[in-house]
Amino acid sequence: MWLFLGTEIMFFGGMFCAYLIYRINYFNEFAAGSRSLNLKWGTINTIVLICSSLTVALGVRAAQMGRRKLLVVLLILTIIFGLAFLGIKGIEWYDKYQEHHIPGASFNAADLVRDYPQIHIDQSHEQIYFSLYFAMTGLHALHMIIGVGLFSYLTFYAWKGRYTPAYYTPIEIGGLYWHFVDIVWIYLFPLLYLIDRKPLG
Amino acid sequence: MATAAITAEREHYLNKDYGIRSWLLTTDHKRIALLYLMSITFFFFIGGFFALLIRLELLTPAGDLVQADTYNKLFTMHGQVMIFFFLIPSIPAVLGNFLVPMMIGAKDLAFPRINLLSWYLYIIAGILMLHCIVTGGVDTGWTFYTPFSTAFSNTKVIEAGLSIFIAGFSSILTGLNFVVTIHRMRAPGMTWSRLPLFIWAHYATSIIQLLGTPVLAVTLVLVVCERAFHLGIFDPVRGGDPLLFQHLFWFYSHPAVYIMILPSMGVVTEIIPCFSRKRIFGYHAVALSSIAIAVFGFLVWAHHMFVAGISLYSALIFSILSYMVAIPSAIKVFNWTATMYKGSITFSTPMLYAFGFIGLFTMGGLTGLFLSALGIDVHVTDTYFVVAHFHYIMVGGAVMGYLGGMHFWWPKISGRMYPEWLGKFAALIVFLGFNLTFFPQFVLGYLGMPRRYWQYPPEFQVLNVLSTAGSTILAVGYVLPMVYFLWSMRYGKIADENPWGAAGLEWKTASPPPTFNFEEPPEVTWEAYNYDQIAAPVEVSLER
Repeated sequence: MWLFLGTEIMFFGGMFCAYLIYRINYFNEFAAGSRSLNLKWGTINTIVLICSSLTVALGVRAAQMGRRKLLVVLLILTIIFGLAFLGIKGIEWYDKYQEHHIPGASFNAADLVRDYPQIHIDQSHEQIYFSLYFAMTGLHALHMIIGVGLFSYLTFYAWKGRYTPAYYTPIEIGGLYWHFVDIVWIYLFPLLYLIDRKPLG
Repeated sequence: MATAAITAEREHYLNKDYGIRSWLLTTDHKRIALLYLMSITFFFFIGGFFALLIRLELLTPAGDLVQADTYNKLFTMHGQVMIFFFLIPSIPAVLGNFLVPMMIGAKDLAFPRINLLSWYLYIIAGILMLHCIVTGGVDTGWTFYTPFSTAFSNTKVIEAGLSIFIAGFSSILTGLNFVVTIHRMRAPGMTWSRLPLFIWAHYATSIIQLLGTPVLAVTLVLVVCERAFHLGIFDPVRGGDPLLFQHLFWFYSHPAVYIMILPSMGVVTEIIPCFSRKRIFGYHAVALSSIAIAVFGFLVWAHHMFVAGISLYSALIFSILSYMVAIPSAIKVFNWTATMYKGSITFSTPMLYAFGFIGLFTMGGLTGLFLSALGIDVHVTDTYFVVAHFHYIMVGGAVMGYLGGMHFWWPKISGRMYPEWLGKFAALIVFLGFNLTFFPQFVLGYLGMPRRYWQYPPEFQVLNVLSTAGSTILAVGYVLPMVYFLWSMRYGKIADENPWGAAGLEWKTASPPPTFNFEEPPEVTWEAYNYDQIAAPVEVSLER
């Protein structure tokens, strides 16, 4: 599993690399795009994910101790947190749709140009920020969906009592995966939401 | 399988049970290797068919056989099928799958079901690719360069991209399986410095598969998203950077060359000591050079982009790093020849392929140095010189090693011997046909014939005719082994457990091996390649 996570790091690494280059080249557009994201939802989502990692860690502990009911409850809590995250992400994406910030023919960043007259914003470069925003959060959300599916499977078998203190490897491996996806978000959040929040002037 | 009727008294992996389910749901690494063998052979001949069409078109200077658009599709599909569906899985998924557990004395790979899953992923990817070929194909070149692939090409880029994405998953899972197996499943006494060098080569390959393939995957995801959802990441019209695509693409696709060649080097390293009756010269140097190639391989990707507009200083650094790949490669070549020095050499079929490998790989490698020199590279970029260079590595190197390995381990895989004289004949044909096909292309490229054009000035015709003639000879050389391998499964002489008198655990069990490889778990008390302690076979079964 550690090897697989190494693979995953390389997978996201390609995108982080693209992010780095464009952020350096088109800093103004990235800063403006970042300001237009909803900091409130982003922060709540970060807290939600950190809580879910806590329940996963406690879940692994519960599996080690052989406490089946506690394990099931913690796994279900994790799934609820995961779904909450995805729901909030959906709200944010819908906002972007209403603001015409989804890349493509209907993309329009005139509102950003209007809101930040102090800095020069090229609309097509702004589109690259949102391309990366959607590609990175989209890929992350896909991993979350896979994680929720994985944890549903684990919950079902935990409920049936398959995992014992002698055999809880699947819980631990599932937990590793969950933590990994969580950590990706911990990087995505500052990189996408917190680029430059100080007042322009 | 036909062998079962005659050797029915002993149960082995081929005759343990029958029926389509026992194959399609098997978790036995040896059966999965055979499933892979059949599927990659199928794709090899599809890719080969495209290659022959390309060569036929180039027989005459005018573009008369196919349209220009069709020609673009032909070389694209040839590249994609050959690279992603033949070369990358060829040795690791067939010989590696079959031999890695046996060579380290294990019952199976660490994750047998993941192994089966990776075959199914390969098949899904293959069906998608076939569908893509049948319904119109792709014309971007196997490299998917943007912005052509994302904004202009009106062929099935999305489908091909997804297909290669899935094939990449299959490759990652195979690599992951090997790494864990080599770490965790070695027999008692099988220390790291007693591992066969075939295993070391596969270990290095697996690391590349694990770290490189995901980068290609994410790049293709971005290309697909850009086409499907109009993202602007690689689109220069919107400020995107096509060079970024090339960096990401070659970050995988250069190391991918080492995914193809390293296992082949592993095969050659097994064959040469056996038919020289000598211990390998410089065991540790050969083992570490595999790792060194894997590491250097990740640091040289931009030498594909010298004329694409990277800065002179980064080009200089990548040029120097590319030269450094020559060091571990040369270590291997010198160690192979030093192993043969004063050895008692048998000119058997696998050994002929190993000779071919050394010669052709050396030529391919040395022309690689031409290409990593900035000045010469500007002159020959995108010419047939490049085409000839990488075919010397990938066909002259990787495929020679693959065929050599198939002949070397065929008695173990099938329990039968192939006809030796036909084998030698085919090896000779392959060698001659190969050189006739690709050597003229070096000259053509140096004279300035660009690659990927369906017509050319008439003064290049003589060399092109030679090349096309060579390709038909090469085709015969490739069909022959398939025919006599199939023939030998029923009529071949029955092989005993160690027909070559070779060292290595895989030769200490029956041919074909029982389902769990060894009757009792082996324990290793000897060093690798202890040919000074093994008697040569009395008749090396070369006299038919």
